[in-house]
Amino acid sequence: MPQFIRIGFYLALRQIRRASKWTTGLIIFVMILTFLNLVVVSGLLVGLIQGSINAHKEQYFGDITISKLDKKDYIENSPFILNVLDNFKDVDVYTPRYGQGGVVEANYQSAAKESEIDKASAPFSGIDPIKEDEVTHLSKRIIEGEYLVPSDYDKILIGSMLIKKYMPIESPGFTQLDNVGVGSKVRIKIGTTTREVIVKGILKSKVDTVSTQVFFVDKELRSLIGRQDYGLSTISIKLKPGSDPATVRDALLRAGVGQYAKVQTFEDGEPKFLKDIQDTFALLGNMISSIGLVVASITIFIVIFINAITRRKFIGILKGIGISGRTIEVSYLFQSIFYALCGSGIGLVILYFVLIPYVNTHPIDFPFSDGIIVATPYGTFLRVALLVFATMIAGYIPARMIVRRNTLDAILGR
Amino acid sequence: MIEVKKLVKTYIDGDKVTPVLKEVDFKAEAGEFIAIMGRSGAGKSTFLYQLSLLDEPTSGEIIIDDIDTHDMTADEKTQFRLTELGYVFQDYALLPDLTAKENVALPLLMQGKSKEEAYSQAKTALEKAGLGHRIDFLPSQMSGGEQQRVSISRAVAHKPKILFADEPTANLDNYSSGLVMDMFKELHKEGQTIIMVTHEPEYGRLAERLIRFDDGKIVGEELIDHGYRKN
Repeated sequence: MPQFIRIGFYLALRQIRRASKWTTGLIIFVMILTFLNLVVVSGLLVGLIQGSINAHKEQYFGDITISKLDKKDYIENSPFILNVLDNFKDVDVYTPRYGQGGVVEANYQSAAKESEIDKASAPFSGIDPIKEDEVTHLSKRIIEGEYLVPSDYDKILIGSMLIKKYMPIESPGFTQLDNVGVGSKVRIKIGTTTREVIVKGILKSKVDTVSTQVFFVDKELRSLIGRQDYGLSTISIKLKPGSDPATVRDALLRAGVGQYAKVQTFEDGEPKFLKDIQDTFALLGNMISSIGLVVASITIFIVIFINAITRRKFIGILKGIGISGRTIEVSYLFQSIFYALCGSGIGLVILYFVLIPYVNTHPIDFPFSDGIIVATPYGTFLRVALLVFATMIAGYIPARMIVRRNTLDAILGR
Repeated sequence: MIEVKKLVKTYIDGDKVTPVLKEVDFKAEAGEFIAIMGRSGAGKSTFLYQLSLLDEPTSGEIIIDDIDTHDMTADEKTQFRLTELGYVFQDYALLPDLTAKENVALPLLMQGKSKEEAYSQAKTALEKAGLGHRIDFLPSQMSGGEQQRVSISRAVAHKPKILFADEPTANLDNYSSGLVMDMFKELHKEGQTIIMVTHEPEYGRLAERLIRFDDGKIVGEELIDHGYRKN
């Protein structure tokens, strides 16, 4: 090992070991905050969207969704597909859904004119309440009233976004229902078919697909839309833990499901705009983190500069007794690395053992998603490397500035 | 051993020009113990800084062991100080983060000695200075006299050709000063070349050559025979 590195390390080790505990603690604290700023800010911004994506997957899409082919109205030969799923070892549970667009009307009894009737267009879903709950835990979204049971007749669950009382939205072309709550009678219109039903429960979710829908028991909707061949609209599948969605998708296609329906993993079906938003937020996070990195570098520069300035005399003495400038610079470099690694190390522990588990169990309540912190090991490693590198530069420059000064001036404090 | 020719040092601060050394000529032989005395501002410390390569003279030559130091780069001077020179500062100049043993061992480590070897040599040097019981103490845990003896041990542990000392007893009480000067006498007896600046006549007279400085020039020289020098 070159002499200047060996002695630089020797000096750094002793300076750190015998430095004021408070000063060392403060520098490491700054490094921890910097690290967290680097990782958590971008992690939160990405997590904001990721939370929304995860919720969409958990509350509606599942690991795999089977849906109708583009030119078809529904999934043909659905019983065959359900039979395939029943015999597929990787499939944990699935929920078949019938779907149809329609209109919900309220206050029609008291309205004098057709134009005074509250109307809201919505997608209608016919579900098996038990299977749906196993896959998407839909019952957990009930904020008022009760969840459906298979024997319910003429009862619906209605998404909160369709009701003004729960989520008033002023948007051109978007209509909501007024004075509708649990127990209210509303009128359902699908094409020319009309039926009066009772609101059994109100659903609220940050997943718009859920909170803008009207849910029926499957046989009810099937009878309303007259679909006697059991032609489903979608089937959302939850896989057994450890199963790879892409592998299962391919296996389903090989089993002939692809003849009648589209089979997509969540990643396949994820809208491109969500990916774009995620990338944009990641970029934004990186920009903010970069500012944090610059601030941290300046902080370390100042800390090392003050440290070097106050130790200028000792730097002079070191040079006076024959210790090379390069050795002294390396000793400050090692100190910077120590501070950066300590800060990052403690930051990693806080991030992976405190912050992420906590936020996962207590997501941040954003209006459109439950925010989590996304910190991939690769991204985090990259940020640690960046922080160490920036700190090394920030520590090296002031040390070099002081070391290059006249030896005698340094010793005499001139 | 050491030869100085027409050494000039002038400080320039804006329009203010302060000549401190004015064409000084000087010569020292190996094994000599030279004391430099003079009133404050006479230029004696500045002269020592130039000789020990801690400062850059304005003009003139400093030749040590036939090497013209004027041609050396800053890094070469640092290396030269490490291997050939030793320096004892007025205020001890110990590194506060290092123990006595580590302070003494540092130049030895820098010379490429192993930690065990450097520590062993440092321990021997400190024991010789009567500080065997203080080897693991930090400077802040030692008295001024002890610190100065550590400083001398550090300056001579690597067996330099010339030992420079700038008012080594200035901050010490009589007892500690006596111990420090005893170390110098002992080193001189062993053949160490010593050039020391002092204000105190009684310590100046411990040297075998006393040089008097005034107004940036050598104004007098006196030889003192103590009869203890090894030849």
